Amino acid sequence: MTDKVDHSKRRWLLAATTAAGGVAAAGAGAPFVLSLMPSERAKAAGAPVEVDIGAIAPGTMISVEWQGKPVWIVRRTKQMLDLLPKHDAALADPASSVPQQPEYCHNPTRSIKPEILVVLGICTHLGCSPTFRPEVAPPDLGENWSGGWFCPCHGSRFDLAARVFRGVPAPTNLIIPPHKYLGDTKLLIGDDDTGGAA
Amino acid sequence: MKTIMNLCAAVLLLVMPAVAGAGGADMHLDKAPVNLQDRASLQRGVKLFTSRCLACHGASFMRYNRLKDIGMTEEEVKKKLELPEDVKIGSTMQAAMDTNTAKLAYGVAPPDLSVISRSRSADWLYTYLRSFHTDKTRASGWNNAIFPNVGMPHVLADLQGELELKIENQAGRESLKLVLVSPGSLKPAEYDAAITDLTNFLVFMGEPAKMVRTNLGMIVVGFLLVLFVLVFALKKEIWKDIH
Amino acid sequence: MMNLALKLVGWIDQRFPLVSTVKAHVTEYYAPKNFNFWYFFGSLALMVLVIQIVSGIFLTMNYKPDALSAFASVEYIMRDVQWGWLLRYIHSTGASMFFVVIYLHMFRGLMYGSYRNPRELLWIIGMILYLALMAEAFMGYLLPWGQMSFWGAQVIINLFSSVPIIGPDLAILIRGDYVVSDITLNRFFALHVIAIPLVLVLIVVAHLVALHHVGSNNPDGIDIKKHKDASGNPLDGIPFHPYYTIKDSLGAAGFLIVFCSILFFAPDMGGYFLEYNNFVPANSMKTPEHIAPVWYFTPYYAILRAVPPMFGSQFPGVVAMGVATVIFFFLPWLDRGNVRSIRYRGPIYKTFLALFVISFIGLGWLGLMPATPTYTAISRVLAVIYFAFFLLMPWYTRIDKCKPEPDRVTFK
Repeated sequence: MTDKVDHSKRRWLLAATTAAGGVAAAGAGAPFVLSLMPSERAKAAGAPVEVDIGAIAPGTMISVEWQGKPVWIVRRTKQMLDLLPKHDAALADPASSVPQQPEYCHNPTRSIKPEILVVLGICTHLGCSPTFRPEVAPPDLGENWSGGWFCPCHGSRFDLAARVFRGVPAPTNLIIPPHKYLGDTKLLIGDDDTGGAA
Repeated sequence: MKTIMNLCAAVLLLVMPAVAGAGGADMHLDKAPVNLQDRASLQRGVKLFTSRCLACHGASFMRYNRLKDIGMTEEEVKKKLELPEDVKIGSTMQAAMDTNTAKLAYGVAPPDLSVISRSRSADWLYTYLRSFHTDKTRASGWNNAIFPNVGMPHVLADLQGELELKIENQAGRESLKLVLVSPGSLKPAEYDAAITDLTNFLVFMGEPAKMVRTNLGMIVVGFLLVLFVLVFALKKEIWKDIH
Repeated sequence: MMNLALKLVGWIDQRFPLVSTVKAHVTEYYAPKNFNFWYFFGSLALMVLVIQIVSGIFLTMNYKPDALSAFASVEYIMRDVQWGWLLRYIHSTGASMFFVVIYLHMFRGLMYGSYRNPRELLWIIGMILYLALMAEAFMGYLLPWGQMSFWGAQVIINLFSSVPIIGPDLAILIRGDYVVSDITLNRFFALHVIAIPLVLVLIVVAHLVALHHVGSNNPDGIDIKKHKDASGNPLDGIPFHPYYTIKDSLGAAGFLIVFCSILFFAPDMGGYFLEYNNFVPANSMKTPEHIAPVWYFTPYYAILRAVPPMFGSQFPGVVAMGVATVIFFFLPWLDRGNVRSIRYRGPIYKTFLALFVISFIGLGWLGLMPATPTYTAISRVLAVIYFAFFLLMPWYTRIDKCKPEPDRVTFK
């Protein structure tokens, strides 16, 4: 073997080649990883949904599908809204300080219009969909119940602003998805012109 | 055995001119002046496509929002292509007429056009759309010089006008020629330009990623050339050990 | 840090032969130092196999092996899946490039006598790989469920029905139906994505183990183990790493330039890598006007068509096609020459090899063309040359005047 080996040149070339090879490998790998992201079809299926809320009777709820998940729209009565502040002491996060809602819904009713609540119907515990129980003090839920949701899986309880009660498995309030009004009774779920919060 | 082969050969020789005739009687394909960089042309093309072709043909792999690749915003797509209320921007292009109705009307189901430019070629589409002529023997009243007995009538006749297929005798050689007998709303050059736009769009739709592909290709191959030079230098250096 | 790594290697080595395996196959595998251009294609074939497996896995995540949705799912990959077009083109370009690389790799073997004693088994394992690759490619070609997929499979499977007695039932067994159908597509999918790739990987390992057991041949076709240094290493051998790892990297970089040029600028390669008619969904009621197999099968397809039907059966043509592929297995015993490498062969072998290459390429071209009488006649001449190369080999290699082999390898 020759003793005139230029070691610094070798080191330099090896480093440059390795770096370039690394860039090539990363560049080749990127499209493979990105191909795992939602496809155009998935995006189209998960596109914002338009809902006509004109027909929702006071005190009732409808459920619409957005990105394959249930979104509830409730028209709360005056009575329901009046009851909301009464049980603040029993809630885990009465002021909704955990950002589970867009900024425009960070208010006592967690909504744009006080009477209309739009909420993602997925329990923040392990992802079940809770049951709507609007009645006041039913026998099975106790006399303190003033309407809300009850999760059949692990017993989490939420009030009619989708705020979680203390002492149940769910850690946070239910998520309010991005939404906006296109007209008086027309709601768009999934887009709010701010690039989406929640 | 030899006789069998000869027989086969004879049959082939008999059939071949017939096949050539079926292929379009001396009609050669015109070169389609396709240019995927020309966004204005592509946008005119999609307008023509959605207003005329989409009545019967679908493009069921093509999503409307993909038109952003030819420079159209969602608002422009909705407005310029007059999307019906119930059609979402992320939907694929569906035919207005359902396939069975179309099949009853024209005898064949109108093929989906998403990848038609990849199976037929741009030149074929460009020539085909300019080769309809009147034919009294056909129920539709139309025929096509490069697609004999095609099921589709000339849906762009109001633009192009009516052509007739005539036999022309030039220096003892007979050839077929299409002659305009009643003009349409467009001049022949304008009609050719409109078909260029439409063909251009069909080519784009056949492979929407094509522009991205070739642009990315420049970068990738350029980078690989650099990598090759580096590896070459390293190989040369390391192999100095070997005598 | 360094110490920890050494400790870990030591820990593993007590439980698994890590260091000795790396030594035997990489750092202390002594390969002849005179490898030339033709010796790139082995490592390139391995690289393409990896490319195909990885891109194939990602395609499988989005493809649907169902006659109603297969065609659409391929277009879904081409349009809707992020970067899906790239994955698909990698896989389709890779399929053709696999055959380019394998054909060049096999030609290298022919030129330098790489199949001869003691490498007969290495050659046979390689030939099994080649046949498995053809099966893999054929089944994969059905999956896009276009017109060429469908009618290509229809024609090839019907070849089996020409086998006397059991033929018709055999064809039905392969299809699982009376025509190529959803059922056929589903089973070809299973074979294409699991069964044959598994077999391919295992045989590749066997191919490498056999190679490293007998040692690599070289362009001079002489045995480098005849001259060893004091420590028992061949004088004309050099450790695979770093010398051939870096040299093969150079080959890989060069190959990738070609590969990416096709992939990004001409993925359908003028209709040869992706056929135009395959952009029309499969239709069992209508055959395309002109059908030809993908280019890598056309030499055999031309041989099939060159043989006329005998006794009212296509079977002789099918046999000829089968023999044309299987005959490679017998090369080690057909070749009776005194030397391995073409460098020291006489003019007769060189002539026959040149004629063989011409016939192979010529048949490949004719297989793409419609069968006119002229073309059929040429196909017959070329098919005769193709078989003569093998069948006359025992005689012409023996009478050929060989040049003396050198004692040591040629290395400038």
